[in-house]
Amino acid sequence: MSQTSGGPTRAPVLTQSIHSVYTRTMSVPNVPNTLLGLLEREPSHGYELKREYDNYFGRAKPLPFGQVYATLSRLERDNKVSPAGLEPGDGPDRKRYTITDAGREEVEQWLAAPVDPEPYLQTVLFAKVVLALMLGREAGRYLETQRAVHLQQMREVTDLKRKGNLVDSLLADHALFHLEADLRWMDLTEARLSALAKVVSR
Amino acid sequence: MSAVHVPSLTLPGPPDGPGYLVEARDVVKSFGETPALRGANLSVARGEIVAVMGPSGSGKSTLLHCLAGIFKPDSGEVWCDGQRVDRLDETKRTKLRRQCFGFVFQFGQLVPELSTADNVALPLLLNRVGRKQAYERAVYWLARLGLEGLEGRRSGELSGGQAQRVALARALVTKPTVIFADEPTGSLDSLTGEMVMDQMVDSARAEGATLVLVTHDARVAAFADREVVVRDGLVLDHQIVGVAG
Ligand SMILES: Nc1ncnc2c1ncn2[C@@H]1O[C@H](COP(=O)(O)OP(=O)(O)O)[C@@H](O)[C@H]1O
Ligand SMILES: [Mg+2]
Repeated sequence: MSQTSGGPTRAPVLTQSIHSVYTRTMSVPNVPNTLLGLLEREPSHGYELKREYDNYFGRAKPLPFGQVYATLSRLERDNKVSPAGLEPGDGPDRKRYTITDAGREEVEQWLAAPVDPEPYLQTVLFAKVVLALMLGREAGRYLETQRAVHLQQMREVTDLKRKGNLVDSLLADHALFHLEADLRWMDLTEARLSALAKVVSR
Repeated sequence: MSAVHVPSLTLPGPPDGPGYLVEARDVVKSFGETPALRGANLSVARGEIVAVMGPSGSGKSTLLHCLAGIFKPDSGEVWCDGQRVDRLDETKRTKLRRQCFGFVFQFGQLVPELSTADNVALPLLLNRVGRKQAYERAVYWLARLGLEGLEGRRSGELSGGQAQRVALARALVTKPTVIFADEPTGSLDSLTGEMVMDQMVDSARAEGATLVLVTHDARVAAFADREVVVRDGLVLDHQIVGVAG
């Protein structure tokens, strides 16, 4: 956040920085990692995976079959999943997949890493929380880390806002209110974790 | 946490935390059967602005009161500037509070019947500063926070935002080492709250004061250098490992 001397004035820096937070497209869940997470829960076929995915994460945007199978073959190529056996018959759904140690590691790392604190990322956060709960992982810890990253971003925007002009303030406030909304959602989710865990576990 | 100022090598500092101005170490405090703090740890460097966040009832205010020598912990240690605050007797703690600390609470801290100048001069008068000087400093601080013209106004007639700025002036007038603020914007609208925070942070920095700011509001906490989260009577520490998609 330092200002190089002789560079542009403060206002453009602020506008640019807040703009960069804002122009990112709306997040979608990371499909490969979400499927991996579902596979960590239990070995499964492509069709079942799609159904589970759509049920939890793809209500607004169901996952096309083609993408499920393409993703699974890529995961298999990368040794994140392996075929747990072939069943008699035709079609791609004969394959049952199981997660490998490398796959588990991938899921763990993805869940543990906080998401870039851009606004409108509830889809990704939501997917992470639900998966963490399904897998009996520490969803609360992930939320804490995410909280810290969000607050860090709010601090930076607040700092820029305090140095900027009124027009910059408007943009900064929009970012701040949205980051705050995410934070409040995280707080509420955190408070409801044990109840949520019961709903998504089986 | 760079450039931490170590007060003096001859002062009896905490064994492994030199350089921190204010510290809580394993502080436990219960109210009857209710455990409010269950071994809370917090270290604040000189000049730092730290936000203490957490859900309602988590122990934020109790922690602040322990740090400020208002509550005596059941066990654990409270350090300020090389002194064991929790070991001071009541007289010394009162003196420490009056001379080294400034307080801003959510509301109810001004004497409504007194004028704003009286309210701001009061801590100085309690510290036996002469009347003339006390009022001069009060007027100076009121002006510095944009409240000139309100010196004679009864505090009970002030707007919420004005009252909080008068409270801030009163907290700053003794040139405190530490300012303790508990939900200072809790009763204000966003815009007024923001103005109070702007002034609080700017004046704390200008005066070199350390600020411990209890708030459940993320927009307020974002004015601080860092935040800690209190949950169920414990201070959580989180490490940011890395950011990924
Ligand atoms: N004076 C008191 N008497 C009895 N219980 C108290 C008192 N002060 C706080 N508590 C209890 O201690 C816990 C922590 O309170 P507090 O520190 O005020 O939380 P916070 O400021 O985070 O809302 C709560 O359960 C509260 O009910
Ligand atoms: Mg409180």
